[in-house]
Amino acid sequence: MQNLNDEKIKELKTKANDIRKSIVEMLCEAGSGHTAGALGMADIFTLIYFHTLKHKSNDPSWVNRDRVVLSNGHIAPVLYATMAHAGYFPKEELMTLRKIGTRLQGHPHREFLPYIETSSGPLGEGLSQAVGMAIADRIYGGNKTIYALLSDGEHDEGNIWEAVMLANKEKLSNLIAIIDRNHIQIGGNTERVMPLGDLKEKYKSFGWNVYEVDGHNFTEINNAIYNAKNNVGSPSVIVARTIPGKGVKEWENDYTWHGKAPNKKEMEMALEELDRNK
Amino acid sequence: MLNQKLKLNTKIWNDDPEGKSTSYGAGVEKVATREGFGQGLLKVGGEDENIIALSADLSESVKLNLFAEKFPERFIELGIAEQNLVSVASGIASMGKIPFIASYAIFNPGRNWEQIRTTICYNNQPVKIIGSHAGLSVGPDGGSHQMLEDIALTRVLPNMVVISPADSIEAKKATIACSKTQDPTYIRLARNNTPIITTDETPFEIGKAQIVFLPEVGLAHVGIIATGSILYKAIQAGRELEKKGIKVKVMNLSTIKPLDKEAIIALAKETKAIVTVEDHQIIGGMGSAVAECLVESYPAPIEFVGINDKFGQSGTPNELEKYYGIDTINIIEKVEKVLKRKI
Repeated sequence: MQNLNDEKIKELKTKANDIRKSIVEMLCEAGSGHTAGALGMADIFTLIYFHTLKHKSNDPSWVNRDRVVLSNGHIAPVLYATMAHAGYFPKEELMTLRKIGTRLQGHPHREFLPYIETSSGPLGEGLSQAVGMAIADRIYGGNKTIYALLSDGEHDEGNIWEAVMLANKEKLSNLIAIIDRNHIQIGGNTERVMPLGDLKEKYKSFGWNVYEVDGHNFTEINNAIYNAKNNVGSPSVIVARTIPGKGVKEWENDYTWHGKAPNKKEMEMALEELDRNK
Repeated sequence: MLNQKLKLNTKIWNDDPEGKSTSYGAGVEKVATREGFGQGLLKVGGEDENIIALSADLSESVKLNLFAEKFPERFIELGIAEQNLVSVASGIASMGKIPFIASYAIFNPGRNWEQIRTTICYNNQPVKIIGSHAGLSVGPDGGSHQMLEDIALTRVLPNMVVISPADSIEAKKATIACSKTQDPTYIRLARNNTPIITTDETPFEIGKAQIVFLPEVGLAHVGIIATGSILYKAIQAGRELEKKGIKVKVMNLSTIKPLDKEAIIALAKETKAIVTVEDHQIIGGMGSAVAECLVESYPAPIEFVGINDKFGQSGTPNELEKYYGIDTINIIEKVEKVLKRKI
């Protein structure tokens, strides 16, 4: 858990690249969806599902599993692609994204895909749900870690700050929030739409244990998670600086890729580039 | 007469054996429905350690305090944060627990409706939502706090069960019953002390309507369907009408969703004239649910007693009920009106 050796890092990089290719393919096939955030979070999802989590992809309802709450449900493609690559369901199913009858709804829906912990899409609600899971785990003496994956933009929502206060009050050291700090939201740059400022300092002033990492550096993320898991007496947050559209140079840091899917030509270009990254 | 098969409170007319008074339950024993909830929660809390209670700063006024004192380790105080109240409860429920979340109805399910939709109903989590201080009964606090839209807000949501108990004893039974189901549930409660209509022996089942008042002999001319503590006024109206020779059946429709369609259609078939009674907006309320059912199955004329597309204001509950037209006299008027429309 603590250290990633070079071989493991190489394996994770290859896996993340494969997951990015799946994301691009499934979004192109779907014809709509959110590209930038999904690509930007591919490294964090890869690390979590292929190294961090206590889980069983062949027994998704295993009671002692750690819990992952994806709050910003619009980046569902990275969740689905990672879960498929981790063996939860066949990779071919990824091509059903957003189609009628699919288990892979445009935003995650637990009724369709019971392997996920919660439905999401409407922003600002995931941290509260993770707080509820952490409280329940504490009351009933579990030994799980609850991971809440949040976007930066959804911190505009008041609901998040209600959860931030409660997690501190309840001293939920079994809770780790990871913020996708990519500085974009649907209307443009986060600091222009609604300045979030220094999220690290904000969380610190709310009593949280805080880390800041490069969201594409497996060692940094892993160390932060390791330290967060060993922290006692307060919840932890990892502010992960990420590049929206990461992996496809033409799309990186361009907020217009927040809410659109690639066409066939764009997909081919992206897949070629991702192949070169191998 | 009262339907004594249901073992209702025989002391309901104690102070007024002749039926001369039309005031709201003068002299009848009165307890607030929120008290019944508090007692019910305390009981199930002792029987099932999976029950957790969450408060948004109003634990005493919504009667969570009994549970909180007995089971402090299963009581969470979240502060004035109703959106968090709902979504935290969803997380707790997803771990196999049964959370009860209680606040004033204006905030819960008013403030936090979208969180209820997404994190509770869309996820189909067994969270029990308690909205107290609903209806005009909040009185002097004024229109901002008189929740008159909560039945509409909750019954429209897929997976949701909606219960509006008639008295504190039924509120206690509803609390106990819903703690044993896996359904998202809303229970609508009132602040004020209201007449005790039922007894501990009165049967209660979620989704089952009951005829609480009926003619001594023969078929009824009109069916009055009421929900919540205003049921008492509907019974009072039934008694007044009986004296005028109009035979009435009064139904307690405490579960608004799932709707007991069979019982409603049977009442409409017998009477061919229905009046619905609720301390809630007419638009989207219990009467609307009854109308949706009957237009499809057995169209009979319906008159609605409820709030007619207006906000409330300060005043005593009695004054407000008269002003907004949901008093006993208004029920009688609507019965007379619907009888004229009978085909």
